Amino acid sequence: MTSSMDATVVRTGTEGKTWGGGNQPLGASYGKLMMWFFILSDALTFTGFLSAYGFSRFKFMDSWPIADEVFNHFPFLHGVDAPMYYVALMTFILIFSSVTMVLAVDAGHQMKQGKVTTYMFLTIIGGLIFLGSQAWEWSNFISGEYGALKTKGGKILQFVDGEGHRVALEDIAVMHESERATHESNKGLWFESESTVSEFTLESIKEGFAANDDLYIRTLDFNEEGEKTVLSRAESQNWLDNNAVGVVEGANLTENEYGPPLFADFFFFITGFHGFHVASGVVINIIIFFNVILGTYERRGSYEMVEKVGLYWHFVDLVWVFVFTFFYLV
Amino acid sequence: MAHDSTAHQHESSTKRIWQVFGILSVVTIVEVILGIFRPPFLTETSIVGMHLLNWIFIILTLYKAYYIAWAFMHMEHETKGLRRAVVWSGVFLAIYLIFILLTEGDYIYEVYKNGYIAWDF
Repeated sequence: MTSSMDATVVRTGTEGKTWGGGNQPLGASYGKLMMWFFILSDALTFTGFLSAYGFSRFKFMDSWPIADEVFNHFPFLHGVDAPMYYVALMTFILIFSSVTMVLAVDAGHQMKQGKVTTYMFLTIIGGLIFLGSQAWEWSNFISGEYGALKTKGGKILQFVDGEGHRVALEDIAVMHESERATHESNKGLWFESESTVSEFTLESIKEGFAANDDLYIRTLDFNEEGEKTVLSRAESQNWLDNNAVGVVEGANLTENEYGPPLFADFFFFITGFHGFHVASGVVINIIIFFNVILGTYERRGSYEMVEKVGLYWHFVDLVWVFVFTFFYLV
Repeated sequence: MAHDSTAHQHESSTKRIWQVFGILSVVTIVEVILGIFRPPFLTETSIVGMHLLNWIFIILTLYKAYYIAWAFMHMEHETKGLRRAVVWSGVFLAIYLIFILLTEGDYIYEVYKNGYIAWDF
């Protein structure tokens, strides 16, 4: 009996050696190792997105929007120019939730269930606050601030006064009764739809421009000093008469009052993909949080699962560090 | 068994965690301050086709990324093999991709600028 068993077992002579099986060759469990390789491939996906953003930016190097002018809102500070503060706050929220996560992992190593519970809870709250902040940032970006004109060639024309301060379309437009209304399904063809028509028409802007001598057009092109070019009154009139084709308010996937539509596309795509990661991270954290409360890892004798979701959570923070730099700083 | 593998980490590393949090916070604050004021001497000097300020931002970002990966993700406690498999693969492919895409983007910019395409409408 014993001899027939021996015959079916193949001995490799590597038993007890690192790669002989039954070991953890890189000193990490299978699950942790696979989490690392998932993170690696996900990091390369984000690299692809951010490099593509860099490609488009290099392509439009002398007409790319200035981030400080696009993202300059802060809650309760209406109309105050507050560049960077809000996104810096978001960065801190995410870094801090990374800290509570790593504290949870640390408490797990010491088998302290209560502490792991508290820190996991704080991490989840941090993630939710970050997601809310991102929604607010998106909503500001989508609704826009001043509005602009677009040209035949897809350029964006913005309005400034003699001192270089931005002027909103609503302060320029001369409104008449006969403006066209947005088509709705209950008025006319029910199967036709269209996106919201701006309340301002090109004609109303032209009329307002003629009525106010202190208005100039600012293009997206950088001048010698690295600032956006402000045209003379005559040049402004020329662009308005010959090239302007419509009004743009806010940003979506096809139009963007701040600059090239590509800027908006990349913003939605990259921060959206990152936000999706945060959202799924929150969901995974919640699942693990309940497992911690139920004592699953206490019975298992190890909190390694907290460590694995922690890796994912830190990775989300790591990606944000790069998004922050390439969207808001550089 | 799983308990054994974490036995050497029983001592708490909270001190190290807060220290790293301090580093990340200070670096972020420095970035924000530089981002708001954009000191002229940094935006006027250019090295290898980019403003000195942008280089500073990128270096500070990599510095933060290092601390997040090494301290928070415990890369410093992993074996050399795991560290290299993850970091070298990622860094090599990222550098390669960035290099080809930015080179191509710059080429297209030159064509738009000096080629036969007028974009004045």
